[in-house]
Amino acid sequence: MKFQRVLGGNLQMTNKYVADFPVLNQTINGHRLAYLDSAATTQKPVSVMNAVDEYYKQFNANPHRGAYYLSVKATEIYENTREVIKKFIGAEKAKEIVFTKNATEGFNLIAYSYGMNFINAGDEIVISIAEHHSNLVPWQQVAKAKGAVLKYLYLDEEGVISKEEVESKITEKTKIVSVTQVSNVLGTVNPVKDIIKKAHSVGAIAIIDGSQSIPHMKVNVREMDADFIVFSGHKMLSPMGIGVVYGKEELLEKMPPFIFGGDMIEYVWEQEATFAEIPYKFEGGTQNVGGAIGITAAIKYLENVEMDNVNSIEKALVSYALERLSEIPYITVYGTKDINKKAGVISFNVKDVHPHDVSSILDASGVAIRAGHHCAHPLMKYMGVNATCRASFYLYNTKEDVDALAEGLKNTRKWLGYGS
Amino acid sequence: MDLNSIYSEIITEHNASHHNKRHVEGADVIEQGHNPSCGDEIQLELKIENNIIEDAGFTGIGCAISQASTSIMIDLIKGKTVEEAKHIIETFLGMIKREITDEKELEILEDALALKNISNMPARVKCAVLAWHTLEQSLNKKNS
Repeated sequence: MKFQRVLGGNLQMTNKYVADFPVLNQTINGHRLAYLDSAATTQKPVSVMNAVDEYYKQFNANPHRGAYYLSVKATEIYENTREVIKKFIGAEKAKEIVFTKNATEGFNLIAYSYGMNFINAGDEIVISIAEHHSNLVPWQQVAKAKGAVLKYLYLDEEGVISKEEVESKITEKTKIVSVTQVSNVLGTVNPVKDIIKKAHSVGAIAIIDGSQSIPHMKVNVREMDADFIVFSGHKMLSPMGIGVVYGKEELLEKMPPFIFGGDMIEYVWEQEATFAEIPYKFEGGTQNVGGAIGITAAIKYLENVEMDNVNSIEKALVSYALERLSEIPYITVYGTKDINKKAGVISFNVKDVHPHDVSSILDASGVAIRAGHHCAHPLMKYMGVNATCRASFYLYNTKEDVDALAEGLKNTRKWLGYGS
Repeated sequence: MDLNSIYSEIITEHNASHHNKRHVEGADVIEQGHNPSCGDEIQLELKIENNIIEDAGFTGIGCAISQASTSIMIDLIKGKTVEEAKHIIETFLGMIKREITDEKELEILEDALALKNISNMPARVKCAVLAWHTLEQSLNKKNS
């Protein structure tokens, strides 16, 4: 068995990366912390924190503005991050990398700048039912404003967007297809390459939500041929408050700015203004340089570990977790159990116990999981549940974390007054 | 954190019992309560006659804390006047916010006293107060 080997090779009680994450070295409610909510936000390694710290201690100034040493240095550091991200995701040009505050802002940028200007009445926007609200609510706004139709790709019994859905829903009327590569609820990996191909075959643009994929697996935007890809820094070891939109140059060029004001202009007169070139026309106001340093350091960290290793650590953890959860009869796991179609996210429910109660009970033993709707109301309705528990993994998790989860879950029903 | 003080017998029994989980025949106030961040949803139905809450029930989904809190509240307010119910709501919210600590003053909360320790769990406070805010809105709606 392939995964048995992975388990044996990587799934030790402690892994060598844990020591790089000081926040993990603490007890919560008298128990060792098992942090299993990396799909919400990841912990940060010392190297990232040091890089940000060093920037503020030595180089802080407003980039793109001053003609003095520190401002030039801050500009250099900020612009270098574009280069780092370009290489990391396999983009062609650094100017195709636009900084945002987070993935939600990234989707708003595309929806308002591209959607509101290039979508017409009767056009169709196709997303999947598994989208995070960030890749859903902005499209509702575009559809409403432009009289377009918002169509959904539904999931097969494994929680994956099926070929049939792609073939039947993406039509000549489709102008935008926007789907997530990895579901933040189910962890399922969608066949984005095929979806992009289909979108292009009908002349639509293809947008990929990379928030749950880029931090966890090798992603190459040119290879998949995405027109846009959106992700956020805090889900990949860097600080909160910085995100990225990758967009193909020719698309970014024809899009108007989204946020107007400081730094994004070329000339400003009393009644008129002209705008900076890409990517600067999309970066209105002082940007998060500290966050950019953070992403650079985070990518460096991930590249040292190697994305293939990150992925195999997570796969080993997920397959072990699925095994442990399957031992508990009153637990339902949602989505595929096929590890080849699944990233490091497991959604489940405990019979008769609401996810919030599960989460509180686990918290008492130091296990941090997410409970709720995971910013995916339509998916919850589609799945016929009100909420789920979600455990999600990253390279710093261990077998011990999974064991703490499984042991903690065995107590949940007892606390609610059920026999077992 | 002491789970015993949260998941007490009163809470788990009310969560499991469902005796208040029903539609109220001839309800004259129906109010929705929703915690958007966690997805708890209740619908509170009241029958108020001559300023007295003659009947009350609820439907919906949510965690044990929200369900038990709603059920306890319904037991408590049935047969009370609108003013009495409003006073009970104020006292309950005061207890959760730790603004009212006097045991004598809290006595009117009866079984709802079991939710006192929820103030030690900030993440769960909104589960406990959902029904009470919904009731408050219902009573204000009835008055207006």
